[in-house]
Amino acid sequence: MKYDKLVRNSLGRLVPTVVNGVAQVPFMGVGKYRPTGHKAAPPIVSAADFPADGNKVLSGLKDALIKSGLRDGMTISSHHHFRNGDLIANQIFDIAAEMGVKNLVWFPSASFECHSPLLKYLEDGTIHHIEGSMNGSLGRFTSSGKMQGMGVLRSHGGRYQAVQDGEVHIDIAVIAAPTADFFGNATGDRGPAACGLLGFALADSQYADKVIVVTDNLVPFPCIPWQIQGNNVDHVVVVDKVGIPEKIVSGTTEITRSPDRLLLAEWSAQFCEEAGLIHDGFSFQAGAGGTALSIGVYFTEILKRNGWKAAFARGGSNRYLVEMLEEGYTKFILDGQTFDLEGVRSMRENWNHVNTSPFTSYNYHGKGFFAQFVDIVILGATEVDVNFNANVVTHSDGVLLHGIGGWQNTLFGKTTILPVPLFRDRMPVILDEVTTITGPGELIDVIVTERGIAINPLRTDLIEKMKGSSLPIKTIQELQAEAEAICGKPAKPKLTDEPVAVIKWVDGTIIDTVWKLAE
Amino acid sequence: MDSQNVISCGNTGPKVRSDCRVSFELTSTGGVQIELKSKVKAMYGEQILKLTNEVVGFYGIEHCSLLIEDSGALSLTLAARLEAAIRKAIGSEKEFLIPFLPQNNYSTEKERYRFSRLYLPGNSPQLFINAGIHHPDGIILDLEDAVAHDKKYEACFLVRNALRNVDFYGCERMVRINQIPRGLDDLPFIVNHGVHLILVPKCESADQLHQVNNRIQELLDDKSHKIWLMPIIESALGVMRAYEIASAAENVVALAIGLEDFTADMGIQRTREGEESFVARNLLSMACKAAGIAAIDSVYSDIDDTEGLISAIKVSKSLGFSGMGCIHPRQIRIIHEFYGPEEAEVDKAKKIVLAFDDATARGLGVVSLGSKMIDPPVVKRAIRTIDVAVKTGKLNANWKEEVNNEVR
Repeated sequence: MKYDKLVRNSLGRLVPTVVNGVAQVPFMGVGKYRPTGHKAAPPIVSAADFPADGNKVLSGLKDALIKSGLRDGMTISSHHHFRNGDLIANQIFDIAAEMGVKNLVWFPSASFECHSPLLKYLEDGTIHHIEGSMNGSLGRFTSSGKMQGMGVLRSHGGRYQAVQDGEVHIDIAVIAAPTADFFGNATGDRGPAACGLLGFALADSQYADKVIVVTDNLVPFPCIPWQIQGNNVDHVVVVDKVGIPEKIVSGTTEITRSPDRLLLAEWSAQFCEEAGLIHDGFSFQAGAGGTALSIGVYFTEILKRNGWKAAFARGGSNRYLVEMLEEGYTKFILDGQTFDLEGVRSMRENWNHVNTSPFTSYNYHGKGFFAQFVDIVILGATEVDVNFNANVVTHSDGVLLHGIGGWQNTLFGKTTILPVPLFRDRMPVILDEVTTITGPGELIDVIVTERGIAINPLRTDLIEKMKGSSLPIKTIQELQAEAEAICGKPAKPKLTDEPVAVIKWVDGTIIDTVWKLAE
Repeated sequence: MDSQNVISCGNTGPKVRSDCRVSFELTSTGGVQIELKSKVKAMYGEQILKLTNEVVGFYGIEHCSLLIEDSGALSLTLAARLEAAIRKAIGSEKEFLIPFLPQNNYSTEKERYRFSRLYLPGNSPQLFINAGIHHPDGIILDLEDAVAHDKKYEACFLVRNALRNVDFYGCERMVRINQIPRGLDDLPFIVNHGVHLILVPKCESADQLHQVNNRIQELLDDKSHKIWLMPIIESALGVMRAYEIASAAENVVALAIGLEDFTADMGIQRTREGEESFVARNLLSMACKAAGIAAIDSVYSDIDDTEGLISAIKVSKSLGFSGMGCIHPRQIRIIHEFYGPEEAEVDKAKKIVLAFDDATARGLGVVSLGSKMIDPPVVKRAIRTIDVAVKTGKLNANWKEEVNNEVR
């Protein structure tokens, strides 16, 4: 059953309690849901069933998938460290379609525009549904209600949690690796398709029934460092090319030149300084967008001026962050995904540039996680409502277009700041109610726009500290009114009452539903 | 809609934002047919159609075919595009006026700091909306060089609507009209719609300014209303007549120099250092001083060259110029900082202002600093210096409290 039994969760959002035939828990509030029981585990295996010489190399991906028992209804996972340069995920389903396998569940850590060829497999029934991010054309397809099953969106930490807790059972994990040895040890920090780290594939390697490592750079044993341990790997496949390097290290990795965004960056940094959030030994979440990168540059200026150092920066790394590390303005980079070749080089060469995983950084069902104790978190959003709830997955017309990434997980940092334009073209960002709640307002502290800054009323400490600031501190209602005076009051998107995807919170509960668009 | 009778106004395309293209055709039957393609249709489709019907009705059109390709245009833009297309099609002179924002109801002084003035191409609405948040001293809605010939007509409507309906957050609202005589036709679109200052390009004689002033007087609803003029000198002849132009009328507040056209007119290359225009700028600056008005420098066109901009400003200031045009908001702060008052000037101004406060508090009519009497214009100038120092971040807004605390 695609979905059943809609109920209101603690935020008042209507969510299904059955999704793709599996019972669900509605969101209960931050930190309110306490599951019991034990974690999932992969089957016990015996070394007697694996090659005594350690050589697990097979002739090709198809051979490996057949030997892994590929059949109807299985869940197949892949990771997104190659971003828009991934060449492997599509091949898995080309093979499955050729073999006539149906009703697969694709469980990627994220999808990109390069995966739009998979639309044909969603249409012909090879893929039943996607549990991961549905970006671009996959999102439009989902929004139009054409996917057979319900889409399930999770954060990076939520993906680890779902696998660990047994909510998602991976039958076959395909881990594309820039470098590997015959035993299956693999790393992302070197090789022609170097992507830095392979942290998003950690859960897959630990919990899947079968694990296939695919590489285009087979090195003699041992492959060091072994970010993926060969002891978890069933098969190794060598191909000509696992990814397109220039598309792996692409995306929003340049400092913004837009004067409006630079203003947002400058005000955000100034806010952090005036509110006393930046100090010697502070830590921050480093984002990839142009605005976030610029804020990093302003942070460095503040540190320089005061003779301070950051204790650590965690998040995505790129040349700007590496420069900060090498010049001594941060002691460590705790890297979750590497955005450019400078980041890759630094991770390979610098012991203080550490590779992390959704387990260490984000897993809510663990004994704590790094993102909790980051001082300043700078994030984006497509919409924010007057209660500070924010949306990152759908656009204001209701179309599902983005994944959650680590966004939900990093909200747990000490102060979360969203620098967003007050409106994009004509679309106001601050609304009465967001289209899809991806993060609850209680975790979002400050909204910085080009026409003023709103502080969450819950943060009385920040409100107190910013009294008398030269920055334009306003209420979120004032900002909303200002946008509507310019743009007009937007009408709500026309949606049906048919769910097409659900948004999971970090604890596996359902925080909101994405609805099918009206014709 | 590919008939020859279709009139199109505005812009569309993958890179166009906050704008729309309206294609209008008068038809003889079938009523008003509107096709709307909009990326904000879900949120604003109804409002777009409502405004469109209002404009169509305003012109009494009963049968037409309209295609609107919208990339998130605000109402002021949509209205301007519709009005331009319809008026072109039916030859009407009727104005469809959108509301004049109450917060735009302010005037500017003849003598005010005009360090920075940001050029905004008159037919590119996406650049208007956020121009004011960067706080230039003035914004220039440009109808001249930044607008292609076949877009001049539609740009007038957009500029008029922007003057009325865009909040530029206290900037002086300037319009660069086209060269005289053509520029005279631009005046009806701006004169009663909130323009503070008109830039007259390629100015070569006092007579051109008289023509502008005469036309302004004909058009003005409130004849006592002042509109300032800033002629731009862009030729050798203009430079040689700079004093005549500078003293042509009492509403001329400054002369600006346009070096791209000036060097072209001279048949010489414009360089980063600008030595080739040294004499011209010197002459222009002197003419301005002689006429008691300000001299404003040409734009610095390499927006990535911050160092070059700073050294250009230093030279410019040393020649007597008090401001510069900007082609990018990133130049504004640098221009304010380097044209703005220097530390010694600010210190002196602080002393004068404190002495003035002291004299006022004690009910004295005469301000003195030590044994020196301070004339009222000097006090006025000091107050302005302080204002600018505060505005450009060189002085804390509550500097008086700080001084008092130090004294205690």
